[in-house]
Amino acid sequence: MKNNVNRELPDDVMTQLNLKPFQTTEIGHPTIQRAAPKLVATTGSDKLKDSLAEIVQATVKDGMTISFHHHFRNGDFVFNMVMRLIIDQGIKNLTLAPSSLTGIMNDLVIEAIEAGTVTNITSSGMRGKLGEFVSAGHLANPVIFRSHGGRARAIEEGAIKIDVAFLGVPNADRLGNANGMNGDAVFGSLGYALMDAQYANKVVLLTDNIVPYPNTPASIKQTQVDYVVKVDQVGDPDKIGSGATRFTTDPKELKIAKTVNEVITKSPYFKEDFSFQTGSGGAALAVTRYLRQAMLDHNIKASFALGGITKPTTDLLKEGLVRKIMDVQDFDRGAAESMHTNANQQEIDASWYADPYNKGAMVDQLDVVILSALEIDTKFNVNVMSGSDGVIRGAIGGHQDAATAKMTIISAPLVRGRLATVVPDVTTVVTPGDSIDVLVTEVGIAINPKRQDLIAALENVPGIPVFTIEELQQKAAAIVGNAQPIEYTDKTVALIEYRDGTIIDAIKQVKD
Amino acid sequence: MVENTERLRRTMMFVPGNNPAMVKDAGIYGADSIMFDLEDAVSLAEKDAARDLIYEALTTVDYGDAELVVRINGLDTPFYENDIQAMVKAKVDVIRLPKTESAEMIQTLETLVIAAEKEFGIEVGTIHLMAAIESAKGVLNAPEIATASERMIGIALSAEDYTTDMKTHRYPDGAELEFARNMVLHAARAAGIAAFDTVFTNMDDPDGFYRETEHIHQLGFDGKSLVNPRQIEMVNKVYEPTQKEIATAKNVITAIAAAKAKGSGVIAMNGQMVDRPVVLRAQRVMNLAKASHLLDEEGNYIEK
Repeated sequence: MKNNVNRELPDDVMTQLNLKPFQTTEIGHPTIQRAAPKLVATTGSDKLKDSLAEIVQATVKDGMTISFHHHFRNGDFVFNMVMRLIIDQGIKNLTLAPSSLTGIMNDLVIEAIEAGTVTNITSSGMRGKLGEFVSAGHLANPVIFRSHGGRARAIEEGAIKIDVAFLGVPNADRLGNANGMNGDAVFGSLGYALMDAQYANKVVLLTDNIVPYPNTPASIKQTQVDYVVKVDQVGDPDKIGSGATRFTTDPKELKIAKTVNEVITKSPYFKEDFSFQTGSGGAALAVTRYLRQAMLDHNIKASFALGGITKPTTDLLKEGLVRKIMDVQDFDRGAAESMHTNANQQEIDASWYADPYNKGAMVDQLDVVILSALEIDTKFNVNVMSGSDGVIRGAIGGHQDAATAKMTIISAPLVRGRLATVVPDVTTVVTPGDSIDVLVTEVGIAINPKRQDLIAALENVPGIPVFTIEELQQKAAAIVGNAQPIEYTDKTVALIEYRDGTIIDAIKQVKD
Repeated sequence: MVENTERLRRTMMFVPGNNPAMVKDAGIYGADSIMFDLEDAVSLAEKDAARDLIYEALTTVDYGDAELVVRINGLDTPFYENDIQAMVKAKVDVIRLPKTESAEMIQTLETLVIAAEKEFGIEVGTIHLMAAIESAKGVLNAPEIATASERMIGIALSAEDYTTDMKTHRYPDGAELEFARNMVLHAARAAGIAAFDTVFTNMDDPDGFYRETEHIHQLGFDGKSLVNPRQIEMVNKVYEPTQKEIATAKNVITAIAAAKAKGSGVIAMNGQMVDRPVVLRAQRVMNLAKASHLLDEEGNYIEK
């Protein structure tokens, strides 16, 4: 069957998993039944444990769904500690349902798949060795990739039913009150993990820092936690930060960032009380710096900044240019520490951030978002998941969710090395073109023809050439030529869910 | 609106001829001139590869309106003649000769360019020339170098070699360059061609860069050679006319147009005679304003 972005979906898998093809970015007003966890009541006096092995043995059984968060990013020690025990205990047929998988987890995920310990995976993304391993067809069942908002929805709907959540925290008291702000391995907001804490049947906290009871502020609460396990170290503080806070000196990134800033400031959304989300990475940080100057020049303040937060954004809060930060994740220590000290930096969970089946999510209130792309096609569809070789090497993150903003800007170079970024058809559709408004490249911008209002606002800005996206695609092709089509087998290795749970694309096994 | 009588040459961005990524992207930063370097930036082992790369880039990549310049290897190198052949064949806008010390060096170059133009069926006179002045001798001979050929579009001061030749080095206040700058500038102005100031290499000293650029702007240089694309907007900012200058220039041009319509050659504005230099300056201001993105499509000043 084909869906509404003209992607061929595998009928057998779709039928077997009872999945629906993507139709529209409009969510409408469906009636939703939320799931609830099953719990064993306790007064909580015996939660604190020393032996992780015993807790794993007591909680994890064949066929269960287990989860982790990825707030420690590449400094994570928790995932590998737990997976080592699970593999060694001979547990089989697990569904792995973390908020995302980072590079440091790759080796053990591959070992777990080879051992038959893990047979299903749902994640925001995967990279490196694991992406190659899955793309080569080594996992029996297709991975289901979900956005952060989509994961929250799936957990709330019961499409992901977590049996045991193993959540690393930099501090906890003996009953499980915990936050992400104090201790050695601080990461700030616990946004993604809060879903697991609320909906998993069993919640196991791992911490290297037991603090006196009661611990506040409590992001995860004692009412949600079954066990608190003391371990030596939950993470490497030096590797938690994405290292993205260094201001880029790459002239091409700066040129793109400057143009993004021009698009924002010349748009109808740049006015008092506007809201924005920028994300991490060199160009995004540069945008934040240019935007700061524009806000000062025009005496405009933002009502809120959203999403993954970096220090340049918390600096805007401190400076009074942003009134609130709605914080689902912090990308660096500076942002994490600011959450500790600034009451206007509100921790939000993934549902509040981006769940479409909600009574209002933050992304629905968002004016402007800047997102990246591995590829964008002439229908404005965006790929952030697979490389030009068809291999999985990315993550949806909040891409689909934040793209519902009133103005969604994709900032990307026209070509990367010898690869075109603007292409006739993306390798994998992750975010539908209907939710993308402006593409900014180093040579100029393209505006989605659906947005005649933005075309009118932006077509005569001196120094910013406006092209059709077809023209940009042809410019890219003129530089790098046209790529040979990728060869795939018939095996489906992954499905991309849209944020409402419909299937927007499938990824096939790449032929050797 | 205004006739574009004169090419703006505020920025001449150096691009190493052996760096494909930089060569590919050289057109996106809005430099008035792009100078691909086959000389000092390229090691001996890479001379041929760089020449091939620049030839291909010139014949395939779209660099928009930028003036394309190639700095070839000097007369005393084995690469000199091949560089000229390849760049003429690629129909580069301008060939820049390094370490120029005499009019004769330009005339030798021109002879080879004419031969190459004929060989490749290109109209004789198509390829323009410019000279880099890098020594005391070059500075003293600047007037004859500037007028050595009809093809000359400009001369540039290159301070690194020059200060070494002068047994000094560069200082923050630039006093050591004052004579050379004025020689090069006067030679260029007398010959009716462009004058380019030398590079400023310390990217961590924006204040120094602005100080130097403001100084050479005041002297009257067309612009500056640059080593980093980030310096382009800094130079353009210095060369940007003020709102008042633009308003005056617009009045002059309107008055001239009105006078022309009435068949009168001389006009007065605010009690002062508007003569040719005033008109030329007004046209230059309008060109700069347009290039600085200060005018909308109707030529009105855009409030920032």
